[in-house]
Amino acid sequence: MNATTHDALEHVDAHPGYGTFVKVWAALVMLTGLLVWMSHFGQSYAVWGLLTLTPLKAGLVLYFFMHLRYEGPLLKGVILIALGTLLIFFALLFADVAFH
Amino acid sequence: MTGHVHRDDQGAKLGMWLFLVTEIVLFGGLFIAYSYMRHRYPGEFHLGGEELNVTLGVINTLVLLTSSLTVVLSIVAIQRAERGRAIAFLSTTVVLGLTFLVIKGFEWAAKFHHGLYPGAAHLATLPPGEQVFFGLYFTMTGLHGLHVLVGICVLAVLAVMVATRSIRQDRYIHLENGGLYWHLVDVIWIFLLPLFYLAA
Repeated sequence: MNATTHDALEHVDAHPGYGTFVKVWAALVMLTGLLVWMSHFGQSYAVWGLLTLTPLKAGLVLYFFMHLRYEGPLLKGVILIALGTLLIFFALLFADVAFH
Repeated sequence: MTGHVHRDDQGAKLGMWLFLVTEIVLFGGLFIAYSYMRHRYPGEFHLGGEELNVTLGVINTLVLLTSSLTVVLSIVAIQRAERGRAIAFLSTTVVLGLTFLVIKGFEWAAKFHHGLYPGAAHLATLPPGEQVFFGLYFTMTGLHGLHVLVGICVLAVLAVMVATRSIRQDRYIHLENGGLYWHLVDVIWIFLLPLFYLAA
């Protein structure tokens, strides 16, 4: 019984606390501010922000808020395959557009 | 063995992720359509983007990011058996979700007022590229708004389940899965903000 309780406590301790997520939220808010600030310098800056900061923000949500950081290789693999497939579709689209 | 309830939390979570993958592909198709049309009509997309209210778009982003925080904090609370706090966090998430929809409602109302909606006589007089822009704007933000509405309902039910102890410290996979859905809704908006409001 003691061992079970001990295991349960260890399991609880393994979970991240409130502070971790508040820090991630603060980073997301700052990145949003940076994205908006960059867009004031013109469309090309806004597009660079879209291509760099936006995936970073999405990554933070996926990795921390959606707990991917704490998941095993199976779930991570499922997501990577989905995102990889989407990227291939994007690449095929722009390859097609480039040769028209 | 009487009274034994089969539970497979990992399986439930994997099932939820597989569902989310279908959502990613659904919105991914729309993102691809947007990319192609933006490439084809860059000037018209720029003009269309100028019609949108950046301030409201950014406020809505902050609202959704904060709602994502509160939903993940509700999971931390339930892991620590802080039931009251978990309900408070979930209720806050629901209120923030409703706030998002109200702001979006004001935005849409302004577009309708200016005749910038698919099928409007005024929009029909604009160049094809701008018509495509507003078609994609209403399709993508509308589909996203529908997801927000579903998410609000799911989170409200989860708050009741926490209150009635159906969700508790040793059994909270439903809350985790509901949270995953809400975060995906947030991730989609993270992309919609720059696509329509900033980089169009």
